[in-house]
Amino acid sequence: MSGFDNPFDPDTKLHRAGCSCGRHHSQADHEADMKNEDARVSRVVESAVMRGLFPDDQMRRNFLRAVGTGTAMAAISTFFPMGAAKALAAEKGKLEKPDLKIGFIPITCATPIIMAGPMGFYAREGLNVTLQKTAGWAVIRDKVQNKEYDASHMLSPMPLAMSLGLGSAKQAVDVASIQNINGQAITLALKHKDKMNPKDWKGMKFGLPFDYSIHNLLLRYYLAEAGLDPDKDVELRMMPPPDMVANLRAGNIDGFLGPEPFNQRAVYEEVGFIHTLSRDLWDGHPCCAFGVQEGFYKQYPNTYAALFRAIASATDYAHKPENRKAIIEAIAPANYLNQPIPVLEQVMTGRFADGLGKVKNVPDRVDFDPFPWQSMAVWILTQLKRWNYIKGDIDYKMVAEEVFRATDARKRMAELGLKAPASNYTKHTIMGKVFDPTKPVEYLNSFAIKRS
Amino acid sequence: MKTRLSLSQKASLLSLGLFALILLVWYLATLPDARVAAVNVDPEYAALMGGGAASSASSFPTPLAMAQTMWERLSDPFYDNGPNDKGIGIQLAYSLARVLGGFFLAAAVAIPLGFAIGNSRVFYQALNPYVQLLKPISPLAWMPLALYTIKDASASAIFVIFICSLWPMLINTAHGVANVRRDWLDVARTLEVNPLRKAFRVILPAAAPTILTGMRISMGIAWLVIVAAEMLVGGTGIGYFVWNEWNNLSITNVLFAILMIGVVGMALDSIFGVLSKRVAYQE
Repeated sequence: MSGFDNPFDPDTKLHRAGCSCGRHHSQADHEADMKNEDARVSRVVESAVMRGLFPDDQMRRNFLRAVGTGTAMAAISTFFPMGAAKALAAEKGKLEKPDLKIGFIPITCATPIIMAGPMGFYAREGLNVTLQKTAGWAVIRDKVQNKEYDASHMLSPMPLAMSLGLGSAKQAVDVASIQNINGQAITLALKHKDKMNPKDWKGMKFGLPFDYSIHNLLLRYYLAEAGLDPDKDVELRMMPPPDMVANLRAGNIDGFLGPEPFNQRAVYEEVGFIHTLSRDLWDGHPCCAFGVQEGFYKQYPNTYAALFRAIASATDYAHKPENRKAIIEAIAPANYLNQPIPVLEQVMTGRFADGLGKVKNVPDRVDFDPFPWQSMAVWILTQLKRWNYIKGDIDYKMVAEEVFRATDARKRMAELGLKAPASNYTKHTIMGKVFDPTKPVEYLNSFAIKRS
Repeated sequence: MKTRLSLSQKASLLSLGLFALILLVWYLATLPDARVAAVNVDPEYAALMGGGAASSASSFPTPLAMAQTMWERLSDPFYDNGPNDKGIGIQLAYSLARVLGGFFLAAAVAIPLGFAIGNSRVFYQALNPYVQLLKPISPLAWMPLALYTIKDASASAIFVIFICSLWPMLINTAHGVANVRRDWLDVARTLEVNPLRKAFRVILPAAAPTILTGMRISMGIAWLVIVAAEMLVGGTGIGYFVWNEWNNLSITNVLFAILMIGVVGMALDSIFGVLSKRVAYQE
C-alpha cells in the first residue's frame, strides 16, 4: 500500500497499485518495519500531503532529488502543519470502545456475526467482541433496549418495529447492514405430503419465530396469495425454532416457516419435508439484520466503522461458496450454533434432501449480502401495515431512511472495495408481483386480503 | 434358615430393583426399530438424512448413550469454550450462585420482618393483605417487570429468586415467633430480660425450627425457579444449558441436565434437613 511508503524517499513510487515498496526483501519484512502504529499513521498523513502537493509522481521525485529529503520536509512543514495533521489522523483511528457485546440467535442467518468471532474478523479490526447466545427474539429486543448489547443480530422487521414502538417501548435501532438473504423455508409435516397446494391448507396450524419477522410477513403473503386469510383460515403460533421441530413431531403444528437450519433439521429428524424455499417466494429477500444501538455511530464513530468493516467483510466472505465449508466448521460447535455438521452442510451448500426422497441442488438457497436496501424496509412496513401491526398512517420512506443506514453502508462498502448498488431503492419481485417502493400506498391497496 | 433383613436393607434392595427395572424398560423401549431397510432409497439421499432414510433412528437415547454422555460430561465438568459453551460444573456453579444470592437477600429481609410481624398484632394485620396478595404470584410473572426496571438479565434472575424465596420464610418466621410459648415469654419478663436479649435468647431458639422449615421450602422453590428463569434469560447456568441443548434437540443432554438438577436439589434439601435437626428441641 502506497500509504505505508516514505513519500520523502525519491525512489518510492507513490502512484502505484501494488503493495510492496521494494525496499524490503519480502512483504513480511516490510510489515515488520511498519509495525509501529504511530509510524504508520505518520506515513499515511505524509503521503496524503505529498500526493496533494504533487499530483504527478515524477514531479515529486524530481523535486526531492533536487532539494534533498530533509530540506523538502522542512520546507513543507513550514506551510503545512504536518504534526497537527498526524495527531488528528491518529486520534481518528483510535477505537473508543474496543470491548463490545453482541447478541445472536443460534440460526444460520447469524453466520457473518458469529463467524467474525472465531475467524478473526473482529480481532483484525482491533475489536474484542463477546458473542452472547440469546434465548429468543424478545430477549434480544429487551437486551438491546437495556443497552446490555451494543449491537445484535435481529430479524430485519425488528428494528423498524422497535423504532416505531410496536410491541415494545419506542426506542430506535439502526440497521447497519443486512446479514443474510433467502435461507428460510416452509416445512410441512410428512403426513401432508399430498397437500402441496396451499389452497388446501385451511384450518392448519403454523409455527413462526416472531411477530416482527420476515417469516411472519412472507407466510402471510403466501397464504393470502392462495386465497387464505392468515388471521381467520389458519392458526399462526409464535415459538422458538427447536420447538417448531418438536411440535411438528408431536403433531401440534402442521408446518412452519422457520429459519435454517431447522427446516433441514426437520428433514434430518424425519418429521417433515421442505415444501417451498423462501427464495422461491422472493429471491433475495432480506431476513436478518445487524442492528446497532441508535446513535452508536455518532458516539463511537471509529468503533462503528471498525464493526461495520468486520461485519461487511464477513458477510462478503460468507457470500462466496468456496468459503462455506470453513465457515460451517467455525460456527457448528456448541458455543455457537450447536448443530450437526451434515445439517449445516446441506443448508450452506444448497445440496440437500427435501424430505420426500429427492436430493435437490439450489446453490443460492441461502446467501449473504450486506446492503440494507431502503426499499426492503418500505416493503416490510407495507406488510406490517397490511396486517394491522402498524395502526394509523406513517411516512414509509422517512421511517425506512431513518432506520436502514443504506447511504452510509454504501460509502463504507466502497471503502472496503465491495460492490454496493448505486441507489437505496430498487423494485422487488415477490411471487411474481412487482413492488415499486415509490408507490407503497398503491401497492398496499392492490391486495384483496388485508386488515387495514 | 432364615436371614432377617433390616428395614433399611429391604428398602435399599427394593430401590435397586426399581432402578434395574427402569433401566430394563428404558432399554427395551429404545431398541432400534427392527423394520427391514427399504430397498429403493437413493444412497446419496440416505447419506443426507439423520439415521439414513431407511432406518428410523429413535430420537430418545438408549441407556448406553446416556451413560456415555454422563461420563463425557462429568469427566470434564469445568471446561470453558467461550461464553456460550461451558462445562456442567461451571453452569451449576452459576445457578447456585444466583440461587444463594437471591436466597440470602430474601432471608435478610424476611427474617427481621417476620420477627416484627410475629411480635405485633397490628403489624401482622396491616401487612397480611399484601403478603396474601403477593404470595400466590408465580415468580416468573415478575420476570418481564424485573427486566424492564432492573435492566440487567443476571440481576433480574436474582430478583426473581429473591421474590420467590421471600414469602415462605416471612410467613414461617412470623408464625414461629407468634407461637412461642407464653410461659417462656412470661419468665423472661419476670426476670426483666432486655428486649434484644429476649429476641436472641428466647424467641429465636424457640422459633428456629419453624424458621428453618420456611428456609427449606424457600430453597426448594428457588432451585425450581432458577432453571426456568435461566431458560428465559439465557447466558449461563443450568437452565441455559437445558435450553441450549434443547436448541440442538439433544434429548440425551437435556436428560443429563435434568438428572443433575435433581441431584443438586436433593443435596440442597438435605443440607437444610441436617440444619433443622440441629435446631430441633423437645419440649
